[in-house]
Amino acid sequence: MNLYQDHILDHYHNPRHFGLLEYSTHQAEALNPTCGDRLTVSLKVEDATVTAVGFEGEGCAISIASASIFYETLSGSKISSLMEKEPSEVLTLTGLTISPGRMKCALLSLEALKKALHGKIVV
Amino acid sequence: MHKELFPFFKNYPDMVYLDSAATALKPKAVIDAEVEYLTLASTNLSRGLYPLAEHTSTHVENIRSLIASFIGSTKEEIIFTSGTTAGLNMLALIMEDSLTHDDAIVVSDFEHHANYLPWKELSQRKGSRFSVLKSDASGYIQGSEIEKNITELTAIVAISALSNVTGVIQDMPRLIASIREIAPQAVIVVDAAQYVAHAQIDVRQWDADFLVFSGHKIYGPTGIGVLYGKKELLKVLQPRIYGGGMVLDAYSEKSTYKESPERFEAGTQNISGIFALGTAIDFIKSINYTTLNNHDQKLQKYTQERLQDTFGELVTVIGGKDYTKRAGILSFTLKGIHPHDIATLLGEKNICVRAGEHCAMPWHRGHGVPATTRLSFALYNDKLDIDTFITTLIEIVKLLKK
Repeated sequence: MNLYQDHILDHYHNPRHFGLLEYSTHQAEALNPTCGDRLTVSLKVEDATVTAVGFEGEGCAISIASASIFYETLSGSKISSLMEKEPSEVLTLTGLTISPGRMKCALLSLEALKKALHGKIVV
Repeated sequence: MHKELFPFFKNYPDMVYLDSAATALKPKAVIDAEVEYLTLASTNLSRGLYPLAEHTSTHVENIRSLIASFIGSTKEEIIFTSGTTAGLNMLALIMEDSLTHDDAIVVSDFEHHANYLPWKELSQRKGSRFSVLKSDASGYIQGSEIEKNITELTAIVAISALSNVTGVIQDMPRLIASIREIAPQAVIVVDAAQYVAHAQIDVRQWDADFLVFSGHKIYGPTGIGVLYGKKELLKVLQPRIYGGGMVLDAYSEKSTYKESPERFEAGTQNISGIFALGTAIDFIKSINYTTLNNHDQKLQKYTQERLQDTFGELVTVIGGKDYTKRAGILSFTLKGIHPHDIATLLGEKNICVRAGEHCAMPWHRGHGVPATTRLSFALYNDKLDIDTFITTLIEIVKLLKK
């Protein structure tokens, strides 16, 4: 099965919500040291609900596309439900059938999100 | 070249295998030798007094002699291990007692983790100084780095003869001599895991104290390797792995142990692996290093030229453009395209390469390169493999280029 489907390439070439928010309440960076991927996500949270999201980073097509697809769904989500997000949900969302060797790339966005939500409010 | 000798290609006729630095494919003769042990010899070493067991022991000892002459040593200096990593870890263990707080350990920045971590951990256990020789952009260690890091207190220097990232061949006799000039007493350990697949080792000419390699990089099986050690050093070092086959007296209060190599080979060895390693060495000798090298150089030159002609400024060949300094390995980066994407997309087209840090994080971090794509060549590769690789890489660049 081809990993680099059209929608993945589309999100890689034109990542949605790319660029950090000017005003955010939460922000965190996640790294994948074995391949040099780096992803920073910034969030605006109001009434325990995500109202805006932005990210930036560099890395492989899978990590960028996965972040773009996943983060596109965040607005309107309750923090409590995002904290419980399972890796399998992110994989289902992206439609990726991924080998263990590339799993970390596909899940870097989830790691950054959880790190941001666990962190202190940055305002 | 010689694809017909490798059953792998009967099963995967269209596979382009460019990952021999990870593990080389096995010729039929090597597979047969392993099966020969399992079906015909089948017995353990030294303990059986019946003809079959005696035959197995004799055969293993003949292979030990074969390996000894293959690297210019004597048979008591050849210890079987499960591979390079096991050899280096055992070495760090048996040298631990002779190391003091004042001693220093030195490695290079292009070491594989197998020749980096055991020494780093040892230095931390003993409170010894640990320093790293930095290689230049061409993959070499300059004299100034030796002068900066090697002192009279340097007790161990562990260095790879051929980096698994850059593929650059070190001038080992010169390098070892320059270390000995400053630290004559230093124990010099050579990781020859990659080197042994491409060029002749001569432990006496190099003046190496210890040298390690694995069978599976030289067309042999996994799970078998060799640790060479100078006789006089092996005599004084204590074993750290205990069990059957290595003991003289286990009953007295103080146990005593046999001489090398038995002293360092506790337990049942990987006998089928030893049988097959012997055949792998015969195989290399029958092809001979000159032929292997000429073949490799043709592929190095062709691949580098095709990469540069096709991708121009976008491509960077790691270790510089002088391919005559490399053997077996060509690593590169392509601007704007991640090595993992390259390797995964090549894999989807049956082209096997490596991408990432190649178990050599210190080099990648030190040189500011997050990851590379590594091609590695062996006897069975040909220009058609490279053409297929380049054609596919052009498609990948089209797909991913922003």
